[in-house]
Amino acid sequence: MKKPSKKTLVIIVSVLVGISYILHKTIGYHPVTVGVMAVSTAIAGGPILRRALAALRYRIEGIDALVSIAVIGALIIGEYWEAAAVTFLFMIGDYLESRTLEKTRSSLKSLMDLAPETARVRLDGVERTLSAHELEKGMVLVIKPGERIAADAMVLEGSAYVDQASITGEPIPVLKESGERIFSGTIITSGYLVVEATEVGESTTFAKILHLVEEAQDAKAPTQKFIERFSRYYTPAIIVLALVTYLISRDVHMALTLLVIACPGALVISVPVSIVAAIGSSAKNGILVKGGEVIEKLSRIQAAAFDKTGTLTEGRPSVVSVHAYGLSEEELLRIAMIGETYSEHPLATAIAKEGAKRGIVTNELPEKPEHIQGKGIRFTLGGESYYIGNRALFEQNGIGLALSLKDIESEEHERRTVVIVGTSVQVIGLIAIADKLREEAFGVIRELKRLGIKKSVMFTGDSRGTAETVAHCLNLDEFRYELLPEHKVEAVKELQKNYGSVAFIGDGINDAPSLATADVGIAIGAAGNDVAMETADVVLLGQKLGALVDAISISRMAVRNMKQNIFFAIGVAVVLLVGVLLGGVTLSVGMLVHEMSVLLVIINATRILRFAKRKKYTIV
Amino acid sequence: MKNIVIQLETLSCPTCAAKIEGALKKTAGVKNPSVLFNTSRVKLSYDEQVIGLEGVKGVISKLGYGSLSVRETP
Repeated sequence: MKKPSKKTLVIIVSVLVGISYILHKTIGYHPVTVGVMAVSTAIAGGPILRRALAALRYRIEGIDALVSIAVIGALIIGEYWEAAAVTFLFMIGDYLESRTLEKTRSSLKSLMDLAPETARVRLDGVERTLSAHELEKGMVLVIKPGERIAADAMVLEGSAYVDQASITGEPIPVLKESGERIFSGTIITSGYLVVEATEVGESTTFAKILHLVEEAQDAKAPTQKFIERFSRYYTPAIIVLALVTYLISRDVHMALTLLVIACPGALVISVPVSIVAAIGSSAKNGILVKGGEVIEKLSRIQAAAFDKTGTLTEGRPSVVSVHAYGLSEEELLRIAMIGETYSEHPLATAIAKEGAKRGIVTNELPEKPEHIQGKGIRFTLGGESYYIGNRALFEQNGIGLALSLKDIESEEHERRTVVIVGTSVQVIGLIAIADKLREEAFGVIRELKRLGIKKSVMFTGDSRGTAETVAHCLNLDEFRYELLPEHKVEAVKELQKNYGSVAFIGDGINDAPSLATADVGIAIGAAGNDVAMETADVVLLGQKLGALVDAISISRMAVRNMKQNIFFAIGVAVVLLVGVLLGGVTLSVGMLVHEMSVLLVIINATRILRFAKRKKYTIV
Repeated sequence: MKNIVIQLETLSCPTCAAKIEGALKKTAGVKNPSVLFNTSRVKLSYDEQVIGLEGVKGVISKLGYGSLSVRETP
């Protein structure tokens, strides 16, 4: 016979207990009543007793043993109704607790369910479906809309919008085209891609994230260790109290009731449920937090140190302003794009990107392109000679800068690199390029202040002038310039001395030692950067600095939630204890309150999952 | 020695986790058991000469908890 499910058992026992109650109230302890109660107790209590006996073989006393003793005791003294009620409550409590617990773990489970199981592979020109673990590096995968990508890969052909929420928490799909990297676990929302697998199975970024998240859930918070130590003494103490009570008062019922409440269930579960909900809630927002200890530390951060390049800035040069003299900005950019066709210089890339952003398309090629080392380029287009480069290029060729000098100087004052575009007789425009500040950087620093972070400090290897400009722009409290990676570590230590708990936020490139030194090391945009993912305590998977504020807010919410749970659990335990000793709490009432308190603690923790809806700030 | 991770049915109380861990610690042939409450998993290594995989699972099932799957780890 198939073993009936937990749910079926709960229903059967509920019905039996219902009938028992009615019989008890109408015909009293009639043999029929006792019979129904005995059956109910046996069905609900059997598994409890079995677990208790198994545990006793290993000399472990647990709640099963205590409840078993209480129930057997109740049967001996003829309290059949109490026995039935206690086993029923324990069973239904356990059932409801595992159901609600699943909810606190749900956002993590849904993350794990994202692991793709199959992939369509093109082998020798034929498409075949393989299971994900049969994939090998270098295989060519074909992915259609709605499908999940089963490996980290490089796009060979096609273009598609890809939903990367599983990796970065970013809900808006991004366009992926040939030459770009895509991650395992992301979904194609529209379009079509042919890709080459670069990492498969356990070495994909997604698998690594999953692994880290799994480990994180059970990395115990200091508070949790304390509570576990506490409950190791609490339970035996209450058992002794039960014995003493019996010896003094000879009140069996009271002694048995004490046994039922001897396990501080709500207390021991208070911390792990809040932690798992917080980790799940963070993961849903693209934040990987490595465990309870990190959550507690993050909630107490006093100072934040930011690396500049790649953290406060985007980490790659981009066009910040265009000055065109006598032609449109688009026309100027078009000429520059054509001129820079063969260049792989970062400045050329920035110009090409800006052009693409403005929708400028050009297939024209420069004639007679000539590279002038350290200065720029010269080329011909439609019979006209053009120069693109720095001041030296124009001075060398005797082209007057007078007209544009004021603009050049004001751009240079802003610490931007100025690319000058001109013909052989005059300057026709300027393109100013800089490593742009992240759009949300200003808002993040402001929100940190609001959260009570005492100092926001910037570290950079740049010169004083550049550092000062950025620090001023972002309203940072302090900045340190011309720092080498080892200097950054020293600077972190200094902040720790002055402010106690310090978070370091970096992009994981060249700053792993600082990530490790800080109380909480936070890496931004680290999906795919293994060292950063390993070293950091918190990983902001997407490219959004705003997630930092979410991470701190969630950690504080979790710690608050934990405290509520602990105070509530202790409060209930005290009330129960006093209630039992004063004689107002019976066996079944004790069990009911105990189970209710555990449930309430779990339900309270699920509130953390609704973080996004409660968020009170927006960062642009 | 083999290292394994056993996925259990959902653990509903941290004391159950402590109980399983305690029992495995006292089982001959089982080394470094650790029961993870939130993920409902058991990590341990065992000596095949002393106790087989079925033996390990037996200890857990006698305590009243089912094993869903087993994965070997390096």
